[in-house]
Amino acid sequence: MKPTGTGLRSVVLAALLLGIISPIAAGLIQTGRAAFGLMPVVGAHGSGLEVWRSLCALPGFWTSVRLTLWIGFAATFLSLTLATCFCATAHARMTGRSAARWLAPLLAAPHTAVAIGLAFVLAPSGWIARLLAPLVGWVRPPDLALINDPWGIALILGLMIKEIPFLLLVMLAALSQIPVQQHMAAARGLGYRRSVVWVKIIAPQVWPLIRLPVLVVLAYSLSTVEMGIILGPSNPPVFSVFVMRLFMAPDLAMILPASAGALMLAFLMGVASATLFVAERLVRYTGLWWIRAGGRSSTVKPLLRIASRCVVALFVIGALAMVSLVFWSLAWRWPWPSMLPETWSFQPWRNAAGVLGSALGNTLLIAGASVFVSLALAILWLEGEDRKGRGRAGWGEVLIYLPLLLPQIAFLYGLNMLFLRLGISGGIGAVIWAQVLFVFPYVMIVLSDPWRALDPRLIRAAASLGAGPLRQLLTVKIPLLLSPILIAAAIGTAVSVAQYLPTLFMGAGRISTLTTEAVTLSSGADRRITGVYASLQAILSFAAYAVAFMVPAFVFRNRAALKGAGQ
Amino acid sequence: MRISLMSALAAIVLSNPILFNPVLADSWQDTLEAAKGQTVYWNAWGGDPQTNAFIAWVGQQTFERYGVALRQVKLTDTAEAVTRVLSEKAAGQDDEGSVDLIWINGPNFLTMKEQGLLFGPFVDGLPNAQYLDLSPASPNSVDFTVPVAGMESPWRLAKFVFNYDSARIDTPPLSMTALLEWATINPGRFTHPAPSNFMGATFLKQALIDLTLDTAVLQEPVTEDSFVAATRPLWKWYDALRPTLWRGGETFPENQSVQQQLLNDGEIDIAMSFDPASTAVAIAQGLLPETARVFVPEGGTIGNVSFVAIPYNAASREGAQVVANFLLAPDTQAHMQNIEVLGAFSVLAAAKLKADARATFATLQTAPGLPSLADLGPTLLEPHASWMTRLTQEWARRYTR
Repeated sequence: MKPTGTGLRSVVLAALLLGIISPIAAGLIQTGRAAFGLMPVVGAHGSGLEVWRSLCALPGFWTSVRLTLWIGFAATFLSLTLATCFCATAHARMTGRSAARWLAPLLAAPHTAVAIGLAFVLAPSGWIARLLAPLVGWVRPPDLALINDPWGIALILGLMIKEIPFLLLVMLAALSQIPVQQHMAAARGLGYRRSVVWVKIIAPQVWPLIRLPVLVVLAYSLSTVEMGIILGPSNPPVFSVFVMRLFMAPDLAMILPASAGALMLAFLMGVASATLFVAERLVRYTGLWWIRAGGRSSTVKPLLRIASRCVVALFVIGALAMVSLVFWSLAWRWPWPSMLPETWSFQPWRNAAGVLGSALGNTLLIAGASVFVSLALAILWLEGEDRKGRGRAGWGEVLIYLPLLLPQIAFLYGLNMLFLRLGISGGIGAVIWAQVLFVFPYVMIVLSDPWRALDPRLIRAAASLGAGPLRQLLTVKIPLLLSPILIAAAIGTAVSVAQYLPTLFMGAGRISTLTTEAVTLSSGADRRITGVYASLQAILSFAAYAVAFMVPAFVFRNRAALKGAGQ
Repeated sequence: MRISLMSALAAIVLSNPILFNPVLADSWQDTLEAAKGQTVYWNAWGGDPQTNAFIAWVGQQTFERYGVALRQVKLTDTAEAVTRVLSEKAAGQDDEGSVDLIWINGPNFLTMKEQGLLFGPFVDGLPNAQYLDLSPASPNSVDFTVPVAGMESPWRLAKFVFNYDSARIDTPPLSMTALLEWATINPGRFTHPAPSNFMGATFLKQALIDLTLDTAVLQEPVTEDSFVAATRPLWKWYDALRPTLWRGGETFPENQSVQQQLLNDGEIDIAMSFDPASTAVAIAQGLLPETARVFVPEGGTIGNVSFVAIPYNAASREGAQVVANFLLAPDTQAHMQNIEVLGAFSVLAAAKLKADARATFATLQTAPGLPSLADLGPTLLEPHASWMTRLTQEWARRYTR
């Protein structure tokens, strides 16, 4: 049995190295060459650190870097804290599955759509201000920095609305591997209050399981371009937008500092991860001391309660953002200070109908193919681990999540050069390939824990009944894991549907999807059309979740424990 | 198949007397033959649904008439396409490139021309170029003071205008000095797009032309001395204006569409555009109130021409020329200028048109938000492209902290 395991693992590893790691490395090398002044096509033949000097001398560079670090850390820290607190107060009342169902709408909503909707809800001329206007007596919208504020508060809020549901999902999955009830009973017996048990006993056990997803959240918060443009400050903008503007400057020589900036962004992520690592060590030592001190009188219950109220408030705002977009997609005139559109119309939907066909088709095709490839790779990888009888090494973990931990702009430009040389840029295959880079890690995040949590006695029973490894996989593991596999597919679909830069770069702009349409149109800032596309994006991802919940319920309608309807 | 080709040929011959010129007719005929069956990927900014719809209409027409399929590659910024062509050149892809046609002008054109990324000259070979004023000083011949030299073909006019809601402002300020006075009395009610966006940069250029004493120097490439001298009044004015801007001039809308939305939302009272018809179109589309109007500072505003160019490695360069030529047909231009379609002003010279084409233009309907050509005042020349770069750099140096 061992040899087959090694064989399978080598095949999967080779596929991963060739298909995911080498393109990223090639992309990084291209970017790196440009960052050090080596780009013959614009007449640059290597001038060492000159490019970096000119990057650092650009007005607003340092402010932009500071702003990005602040926003990245604040958004990640707040999301993590609030999600942990929410879990602590709500865990008893919800199972993993019901929560997943409940979180689905916010997980399915694309980042851009949430950002545009949120901008409308929060803006001085937005929904909340319109609600207050008659009470406060505002005739004109107040001149307040409620979005695009210099501190990036609106951007932090937007990131939290998207990241808290994701963290909750992975936390609930992690909690399913920890005997929470027993710990709770034991600690309660020792005289600790419920809320303190969460902080002292449960959270430290959950942390190692969610460390990587937290890093992913941190990386996203540091590198988001779309949300930064819509919600962040503009003068200077966050660093990712700063770099994007350099890439888009009419002066082609700016590609050099832009490449240096892209590497700088990757470096910032490295610094951020290192900081997280150091913070983890510090908390481990001080926390140990605090736990050993054993104080039983303390309670954090009020704090937990405030935090979970904040989460609920954020979810309500997120829901409002999405609802506002649906309203906009059905509006014709909707001026200040009306709470609802003055005139309604189906025109935005009718106008979109023409272009919709091909964009929708492409979106479905790309999502289907990239999710299929990612799932196949993930199942093979996990099966390889099973057969080898060994867990995942640290380097394996990093390898899988690398695409999510690096800023997309650091390697996409170079990756496109590679695809051009291979002659596949501009085709749908290239887009699917590029999307797998980002879909696969998410599929792995969602699938790994349930896969490992599968009761090994079932496999042993199957083996003793004479089933070989392949039969075990096909007739026992996959059917038993159908529900998590479908949820992974749903999340993969949502990730694929939302990809903007990979689709744009690798498709040479020719492959239009709902997201590329939505983003180009949102540069024209018509909320009605944005509303149409954002609704469609959300509907598509949402449909994937719906399938993920309904299929197991149907397939296992005669198997009470497998229905996916909650235990 | 054959019938449509024949009718297409008949249509061309009838509408283009220049085809009787045997040399041109032969080569253009070759172009048409080669173009048949090609797919042209037109890389054009995709943020404006009306323009997208117009491009789709152009595609239907060229497909029916010439068998040339047209696909719009929607960009969020023209530089995307420039970078794409550059990547292809860097990767050694010197033919079968992914970009066939680019909506372009100004700095992006200068860059592509300087880097040898363009195909051409091709404009003189287009039969419909006969309707253009191509004299050396015409805006069709110089793009931001850079000679076009037949490397890009005009298709629509752009001219700087302000717009405002006449229900909120009685008399708009008609000069940059008056704008400062107005903004001082109405703090927080005016702003401009971030100068990293071309509209924001154009606003600065417009202010520079309005405030500087010697405009002739702007037509030369910028030098350190000329820049300091020419921009001194501009910065003095801007230092006074900035604190009166929306959000105290701390942040700026991303582009003119976002600013138009601010006008519609009532957050500001004055916005700006590079298309005189955009206000009327926005009213018709429900994006601005019925009372929105256009105004132009006394003394005129910067105007330029939007062009299409063909990259050096375009896979369908013949098809791209057919599209560029179709864009210049009088009927196409009249359709484009129709306020219900796009409203963009035609680039054709009225004097060169035949009587029936002139009549078509004359019957185009007007709309309350649509300024007449007389309202728009004189068109001022764009400064040399180096001024724009220098101006936005200096702005960033002064006001980005």
